[in-house]
Amino acid sequence: MGYNCVVLIKQVPDTKKITGDVMNDDGTVKRSALPAIFNPEDLNALELALEIKDRFGGHITVITMGLPAASAVLRDSLFRGADEAILVTDRRCAASDTLATSYILSCAVKKLDYDIVLCGRQAIDGDTAQVGPQLAEKLGVTQITYVEELIGLDGSTITAQRNIGNGWQQVKAELPVLVTVMGVANEPRVAAAKMMMKYKKALTPFEVEGKIKAENREAGEADIKELAEHKCSKLVEKGLLIKQWDLDVLEADLDWCGQSGSPTKVHRIQSVVLAAKESKEVEPNAKGISDMIHELIEEKTIA
Amino acid sequence: MIEVNRKGEVWVFAEQHNGQLEDTPIELMSKARHLADILGVQLAAAVLGDNVKELAGKMIHYGADKVYLVDDPLLGVYQTNSYAKVIYDLIHKYEPQIVLYGATTAGRDLAPRIASATKAGLTADCTDLQIGDHETVKDKKVHKNLLFQIRPAFGGNIVATIINLARWPQMATVREGVMPAPEADTKRSGKIIEEKAALSRQDLPLEILEEHKRPKKVDLKASRIIVAGGAGVGSKDNFKLIWDLANCLGAAPAATRAAVDLGFIDHDHQVGQTGTTVRPSLYIAVGISGAIQHQAGMSQSQKIVAINNDPDAPILNIAHYKIVGDLNEVVPIMIKSIKEKGIKD
Ligand SMILES: Cc1cc2nc3c(=O)[nH]c(=O)nc-3n(C[C@H](O)[C@H](O)[C@H](O)COP(=O)(O)OP(=O)(O)OC[C@H]3O[C@@H](n4cnc5c(N)ncnc54)[C@H](O)[C@@H]3O)c2cc1C
Ligand SMILES: Cc1cc2nc3c(=O)[nH]c(=O)nc-3n(C[C@H](O)[C@H](O)[C@H](O)COP(=O)(O)OP(=O)(O)OC[C@H]3O[C@@H](n4cnc5c(N)ncnc54)[C@H](O)[C@@H]3O)c2cc1C
Repeated sequence: MGYNCVVLIKQVPDTKKITGDVMNDDGTVKRSALPAIFNPEDLNALELALEIKDRFGGHITVITMGLPAASAVLRDSLFRGADEAILVTDRRCAASDTLATSYILSCAVKKLDYDIVLCGRQAIDGDTAQVGPQLAEKLGVTQITYVEELIGLDGSTITAQRNIGNGWQQVKAELPVLVTVMGVANEPRVAAAKMMMKYKKALTPFEVEGKIKAENREAGEADIKELAEHKCSKLVEKGLLIKQWDLDVLEADLDWCGQSGSPTKVHRIQSVVLAAKESKEVEPNAKGISDMIHELIEEKTIA
Repeated sequence: MIEVNRKGEVWVFAEQHNGQLEDTPIELMSKARHLADILGVQLAAAVLGDNVKELAGKMIHYGADKVYLVDDPLLGVYQTNSYAKVIYDLIHKYEPQIVLYGATTAGRDLAPRIASATKAGLTADCTDLQIGDHETVKDKKVHKNLLFQIRPAFGGNIVATIINLARWPQMATVREGVMPAPEADTKRSGKIIEEKAALSRQDLPLEILEEHKRPKKVDLKASRIIVAGGAGVGSKDNFKLIWDLANCLGAAPAATRAAVDLGFIDHDHQVGQTGTTVRPSLYIAVGISGAIQHQAGMSQSQKIVAINNDPDAPILNIAHYKIVGDLNEVVPIMIKSIKEKGIKD
């Protein structure tokens, strides 16, 4: 028995660490100046999948779409107990809005067997919380958003508790489903030392090629390719190759990817300026405060 | 998706539960009215539910010219698929140019599902909407009268203006509490267009086993004056200072997330990005540093008083009255001063 879980994870800049000097003059954010982290609620989604696997057995695949460097969050997932990792990377994915992102991710998920697809509720950079529901629509599965707790899994049905803003509800649905998981759902486990030992050598084909190039500076392109292929097949045998899929592998319709697949465009970005308004310094004593209260009463701010 | 449709209406999804309209769609009506007037088109509300005809009239009172009413027992309880299907059908039949949703839990569950099916753009959690022109860089073509969808991103550190050039409708969810609700005008009249829902049981894939709604203990949005305390207040016991100051002003007590996390007060009182957005006449910030996420919920206040013992605290930059001092001394002086002036409402 057991359940096949697919967890969608995103590498994000740590927006909690933003200060003045990581902003460009035009108000955009210097992403490179911020540490790249595992999107916090995606860790909760992964943890929920791990709990399902602990209780019922099954298989966990993690997928991320991003730059080649996003392999870091895939390795981190393997350290925590995921079985398989897939990097979706392609220059043609650049500038994807949530609609294009969910389309591309749906092409990847459709290549897998799944009972439960898990997303974080929201990514801390784009902050939209739209990818989960859009992906569910593209897969044609039931969505259960804002999940706070998994109540149970019973054969082909799932019961979960979701937040509804001013309270909660418990819902039951037939599998397959897509859930979006909130931070309160659980406490993500830390990486296991044994897994770290094993999977720190897990690489994507892109990383393998980079390594081979660095080790064989004199070698020609064809040799590099051959060496890389050899190394990759050895990694596959050890279960250490992180799969790398581009849009051709996904057989994605390019019209729905990247720039052309994205109806929303950014017209303008501004950094939040702390507006200095007309202001008064008030002495922290009876006179200063009494004068201020007087003014506020005069202008009818205080009735 | 639909083609660019300049004659299309402006729509608001009138979210309701148990026959009660949510606040956010009502708040959206004055802004939506304004947008429709600039564009010279009609403003319509989409009312879905079971036995909700009365709400159609209400939406007209709040400013709608028209209401699309879909009354069906299968719409009695909100579910993503059934609601998405009905709105999808309405959009394809009437081709509105703009569709707005409250960024409530249900709104943020529903709108992306519709956007995906429609293959249209969707901007999340907007704090403002405007009409403006956009010139594309490549061909210098000017696109007139687009919906500027203004939203914070990157944890509130930037504000992005998002547009949708081609694949319409232009759709957005709008954050709760950022727009002032219009007064109901019971003399307004409008047209109600009844539509049938093409639904079956299969469009209701969820079985709702149990539901608990907790009434809000405070209505921060309705308060003219708010006294908010932060981590600087120090303890739950000392938070009594905030309650006392609030009491003598007839104000609502509020807090930062840090104060809520420290257990000084309940989450219902939290102001900010993950709490309530408020715009009172007076906001008194006590022992609050003024993090961007807190400011997101209160910077629209008409007057801000900040009490902080750190002269560099960011909250002081947005305060109209800056009081640099120890809150444990300043707040009692304020209470005394207010009582002397005999205010109490
Ligand atoms: C300033 C700014 C504003 C933006 N505003 C909008 C907007 O209003 N509308 C819009 O359509 N696009 C917008 N975008 C684009 C959007 O951020 C990207 O499309 C992004 O790839 C996905 O959206 P998100 O970060 O909001 O993810 P969310 O929808 O918040 O993510 C939810 C979950 O989906 C999964 N997920 C998301 N992205 C990936 C991924 N790349 N790989 C694997 N899993 C993933 C994760 O489980 C994640 O927790 C904006 C971008 C910027 C920079
Ligand atoms: C995704 C996200 C969402 C968030 N959402 C919210 C939100 O909705 N609302 C929110 O408020 N925060 C939110 N936060 C948290 C926010 O970043 C800050 O951590 C929080 O607002 C700080 O609260 P504070 O000002 O009470 O505490 P602190 O930052 O610790 O500030 C305490 C202040 O008290 C002053 N002080 C101390 N002692 C005294 C004294 N005796 N007299 C006078 N002043 C004194 C100090 O100088 C200091 O400025 C969010 C954060 C994230 C990352």
